[in-house]
Amino acid sequence: MESMPREALDALQLDSLRTTLQRVYEAVPLYRAKFDSAGFDPVSVTSLDDLADIPFTVKDDLRSAYPFGMFAVPRRDIVRVHASSGTTGQITVVGYTAGDIAMWGDMMARTLAAGGAGPDDIVQIAYGYGLFTGGLGVHYGSERLGALTIPISGGNTKRQVQIMADFGVTVLACTPSYALYVAETAAEMGIDVRELPLRLGFFGAEPWSDNMRLQIEAALGITAMDIYGLSEVLGPGVAFECKEHHGLHVNEDAFLIEIVDQDTLRPVEDGLVGEVVFTTLAKEGIPVVRYRTRDISRIVTGTCACGRTFRRMERVFGRTDDMLIIRGVNVFPSQIEQVLAGIPGVAPHYQVVLSRTGSLDSVEVHVEISPDLEFDEIRELEGLQRRVRADIESALAVSIAVRLVEPKSIQRSEGKAKRVVDLRGQGEA
Amino acid sequence: MVEQLSVFLQNESGRLAQMCRTLGDAGHSMHVLMVADTSEYGVARVLCDRPHSARRALEASGFAVSITRVVAVEVPDRPGGLADVLELLGSEGINVEYMYCFVRPGAELAVDIFRVENPDRATEVLTAAGIGTVRAPSLYDIDAG
Repeated sequence: MESMPREALDALQLDSLRTTLQRVYEAVPLYRAKFDSAGFDPVSVTSLDDLADIPFTVKDDLRSAYPFGMFAVPRRDIVRVHASSGTTGQITVVGYTAGDIAMWGDMMARTLAAGGAGPDDIVQIAYGYGLFTGGLGVHYGSERLGALTIPISGGNTKRQVQIMADFGVTVLACTPSYALYVAETAAEMGIDVRELPLRLGFFGAEPWSDNMRLQIEAALGITAMDIYGLSEVLGPGVAFECKEHHGLHVNEDAFLIEIVDQDTLRPVEDGLVGEVVFTTLAKEGIPVVRYRTRDISRIVTGTCACGRTFRRMERVFGRTDDMLIIRGVNVFPSQIEQVLAGIPGVAPHYQVVLSRTGSLDSVEVHVEISPDLEFDEIRELEGLQRRVRADIESALAVSIAVRLVEPKSIQRSEGKAKRVVDLRGQGEA
Repeated sequence: MVEQLSVFLQNESGRLAQMCRTLGDAGHSMHVLMVADTSEYGVARVLCDRPHSARRALEASGFAVSITRVVAVEVPDRPGGLADVLELLGSEGINVEYMYCFVRPGAELAVDIFRVENPDRATEVLTAAGIGTVRAPSLYDIDAG
């Protein structure tokens, strides 16, 4: 499937797209209203190029349908719900049929297999279980693959390390920031993870950089694979890395990817950066049509050396809603992390504190010094501080201040790391 | 040669006290403490008993710690005594990054601590000029790294 000829794949996508469009038009009032008001007739689609005429779906559409308004099948056919966190407002609910759950397991098993995992592996799933899709999403894929699956969920990091050592865990799945935290905790416990059988990790759910990949690989002694997914589209299993580590193959038999310009919302040429938009092709419970993910990426052009024909998206640079606008410049926190990971003497743990003095935004990046930094003289520390500042400024094209802080003083997260503290608009001087 | 602990302290009230408490609880007597500070953080330089074990205790409590080798000298107690030492080092091209001084209980002479780039060479130069350096065991209880 992953290597089927492109023409056959395109034909399959068009056929599935037409079916999906007709199903949502008939079954979901929100889509019927959306299509009618845009004057879009779902039967009129005869080519994948017609996609650009179809209205988008946005997060607010899913919120407004809370809780079950997006279901495209009778409620009794839904066997599972997940929900995305409500940190930015109303939570959004997604529902899965038994067929969706099976398809999800297949997609996730494909993801794990592409990274080199198999039935002999012992997989520790330290993503949160529960309404979040991370834990159970990877779980069903791991079982589908036939691996021994440890549903440990997130948190209680010392126990994670103990079980990793005692069970001879070979594969870890969690957020990239938590992977580093596991390595730190193991070191505090006197356990060198690099000596354990652990050999492979699947990391996603927050933006991370290639430098962070190298750090995780060095700290844990593993190969780190990037995985991509989002609950509105499926959960983990939407796109996966192969061993080439050159972009994430989208599971194109189940999802149609587009990249659209952030301002005009028109599709861009392959290779150009924009917002990632997905249309589901095989989902029954909640199909989505042109869902705007708010993730920023681009299509990797050319063919992959692994032989798969599924197109690749580049590692997500950031999210449009994580994007900070600092004095008019667009900044993604992941750019800061990329810089820090390349500077010896500091850890890739940071927090961006935004405040406003008068009408001017000021940005202070708090950066932990590395526990093994050899320092004594103030001027060495000042030199390090200047280098961090210069490197970040040249990467972001915006001036910032840097504050060096003690190791482990920035709060660790067991899920998605909180990288930005925005004090603007809180009325402080 | 004398081994000095350098401890990174972020500017946060009570942090220096926590450092001292950690050393105290672990049974390390401090003989000298000197804090260099900036507006955002400070570096505490400490001479204490069993510095390597002290470093481990501090690191276990979350402090960033380095061990720095410094030169300790009993400076002659007469006008120009320190100037002689500094001029000697300067004439040999040895830069002093910073220094501080303290008096040991019951001792006649003050001890000056010099932080230089190459402490071995500084010790050689001083010894050759007849200025003895003070060895670690006479300042604090030593331990192995």
